[in-house]
Amino acid sequence: MSQSMRTPLLFAFVAVLFILEGTTGAWIFSGSWNTALGILNMALISAIMALGVNLQWGYAGLFNVGIMGFVALGGLATVLVSLPPTPGAWTAGGGPRILLALVLGAATVIAAVLVQSRLPKGRARALSTLAILVGGFFLYRWVFDGGVAVVEAIKPANFGNIGGINPGGVDGFRDWGIITLLAWPLGGVLAAGAAWVIGKTALGLRSDYLAIATLGIAEIIISVLKNEDWLARGVKNVIGLPRPVPYEIDLQNSTSFVERAASFGLDPTTGSTIYVKLAYMVLFTLVLLALLWLAERALKSPWGRMMRAIRDNETAAEAMGKDVTARHLQIFILGSAICGIAGAMMTTLDSQLTPGAYQPLRFTFLIWVMVIIGGSGNNFGSILGAFLIWWLWVQVEPLGLWLTQILTSGLADDNWFRVAMQDSAAHMRLFTMGLALLLVLRFSPRGLIPEK
Amino acid sequence: MDFLNGLVVLANFVLIPATSYGAQLALGALGVTLIYGILRFSNFAHGDTMAFGTTVTILLTWWFQSMGINFGPLPTALLALPFGILATGLLLVGTDRAVYRFYRRKKAAPVILVIVSVGVMFIMNGIVRFIIGVGDQNFSDGERFIISARDFKEMTGLAEGLALRTTQVLTVVVAVIVVAVLFWFLNKTRTGKSMRAFSDNEDLALLSGINPERVVMVTWLIVAGLATVAGVLYGLDKSFKPFTYFQLLLPIFASAVVGGLGNPLGAIAGGFVVAFSEVTVTYAWKKVLTYWLPESLAPDGLVQLMSTDYKFAVSFAILIIVLLFKPTGLFKGQSV
Repeated sequence: MSQSMRTPLLFAFVAVLFILEGTTGAWIFSGSWNTALGILNMALISAIMALGVNLQWGYAGLFNVGIMGFVALGGLATVLVSLPPTPGAWTAGGGPRILLALVLGAATVIAAVLVQSRLPKGRARALSTLAILVGGFFLYRWVFDGGVAVVEAIKPANFGNIGGINPGGVDGFRDWGIITLLAWPLGGVLAAGAAWVIGKTALGLRSDYLAIATLGIAEIIISVLKNEDWLARGVKNVIGLPRPVPYEIDLQNSTSFVERAASFGLDPTTGSTIYVKLAYMVLFTLVLLALLWLAERALKSPWGRMMRAIRDNETAAEAMGKDVTARHLQIFILGSAICGIAGAMMTTLDSQLTPGAYQPLRFTFLIWVMVIIGGSGNNFGSILGAFLIWWLWVQVEPLGLWLTQILTSGLADDNWFRVAMQDSAAHMRLFTMGLALLLVLRFSPRGLIPEK
Repeated sequence: MDFLNGLVVLANFVLIPATSYGAQLALGALGVTLIYGILRFSNFAHGDTMAFGTTVTILLTWWFQSMGINFGPLPTALLALPFGILATGLLLVGTDRAVYRFYRRKKAAPVILVIVSVGVMFIMNGIVRFIIGVGDQNFSDGERFIISARDFKEMTGLAEGLALRTTQVLTVVVAVIVVAVLFWFLNKTRTGKSMRAFSDNEDLALLSGINPERVVMVTWLIVAGLATVAGVLYGLDKSFKPFTYFQLLLPIFASAVVGGLGNPLGAIAGGFVVAFSEVTVTYAWKKVLTYWLPESLAPDGLVQLMSTDYKFAVSFAILIIVLLFKPTGLFKGQSV
């Protein structure tokens, strides 16, 4: 079958899976449009992450396993934008002091780097670098700890953080939900900044080192989010973030909406939840389409051809005068920024930031499975992989239950084997994902929709 | 007296825990480094291999305990350990036959093998959760302390106690034995020599008639042993939780890279470098410094450079520093 036939057919197949989820309650499907749209919204976000990873891996061959960190940074951006500034955090001097400390910290690192690059090699250089780093660290901690103490003392049960830039204030910030949209590009910028720092140090070394370095930075970003309570309340979590779409409860209280819902034959509760999910779906689809258009344009441009040339033969590309390290850094930043955008969108969808929920298997390696299975190097493939794998990720549990019921149907209800199998059905997820990845890598290494 | 008291506190909270943690990391890093040297890829499934070996050992330990078998003052898990190693060895050799061999024959790029190992990681993680669940498991038994803090205080008359746990001593002793056997094997036996030859120069080794499949199989079996021993020792010393083992991947990689990937001696040194830095940077030095400094200089704060939760950041920082200044590691490793 030619690829031009194959792509629409595969997408149609995935669409049927989602439609079945919404319409029929048979087999493993729930028959609820709410569930179907819920899965779809997350699949759209996953598709954006997959686009970012495909940019790095498919276009340039960079192995980044720190996606979770960039996604979490996007989530942080949502908190820093959509919350109102905490009363007292800036006026009492806590916030400015923290900012000053961060500037001091950055200045220390810059000074150390400058000394390293300007002074001649020798004992003087080593000693002065050490002195700058140690002195800078203690100065930074002294300024920083004071600021943090002030901020975290402000009503720790409700706040204890610096808040964000929402102009609505503590009482009216929910009316300014639209500002959350601003967090999406900002999430990209935050992630891009982190990617620049990592790329500067780890790119240019061999691929394994980049993998290990990104794996590490992701864990560090999560532990910063968990521990720096002044930033986004740490493990106390931030809940009830304002959102760019209406609230269900407001819709249910509006007579015109209830009438409209009734005209579709829906009760107000179902109608309002579906309406909200549809609104998110439209927003996410717009972002996905815009990014897809940009990525396709980039792929077909001279820049995209250069990237693939570098990927396929670094030495030859370098001989042609291409700056391989700089191009790698560029695409590493772009791909990470896309993951940051997706992370900000996800936190907006959840209306909460829970640092404990970020797990590398779910946010890093699952995205990799999507890209590899969908087809690395092909944007449509990555998107297809995201939809398919996310659907599978959600449905493996009912699927596993169904399978165990068939397998153990001859046994009594309280048979230990049957009970054990049914309890373990939830753990089938990881196993299935690994198996799918290995099968595709072995028998169709270029993915479902291969690169042209 | 103050100096001695400070020293005891230091030993109790920094030196002893860091030594046993370093031994565990060293064993884990040896596994990673051997795979890198022989098979030439970073094995992301190593943490979950450790978890699998430990799971089997825990199940057997429970079975032995239920039958009334024990090992006197030592943990019963030591009796179950050989069977755990055997099961892990079978799993790894089976995985190699079913998965890795295909890519080796095709001479696939190392990064493809890394991605394949991610798939294997998912499957092993799933198997472990399937068998034992996601919760914390404690399987340590036998004598808890060699010296308890109270005995130490009575014995020496010092104000501070020093607790020496059986598992800590056991970790170091077992690790020394395992490493000694490993180095004897690598340096003195024919198979070990052929492994080193294969690692140094694959083509030359093949020309001199070394059977690559045999070298690879022996490597997996050794890795199974190292990973299971490391996992069981870590589990005895702390506790077993599948997710923690997955997270151990980062300090283990850091140890292997710091020492020089592919260099067994480097892996051991790297393990201790990472462990000691993690513990010293996240330890609150107030108590030690209060003993050691004159009263006028006694610190007010905790004198903790970083909070304990940033231990990952420490392994990562060491990793970056070494990568920037000495990309092949402290001991010369391989660079591709």
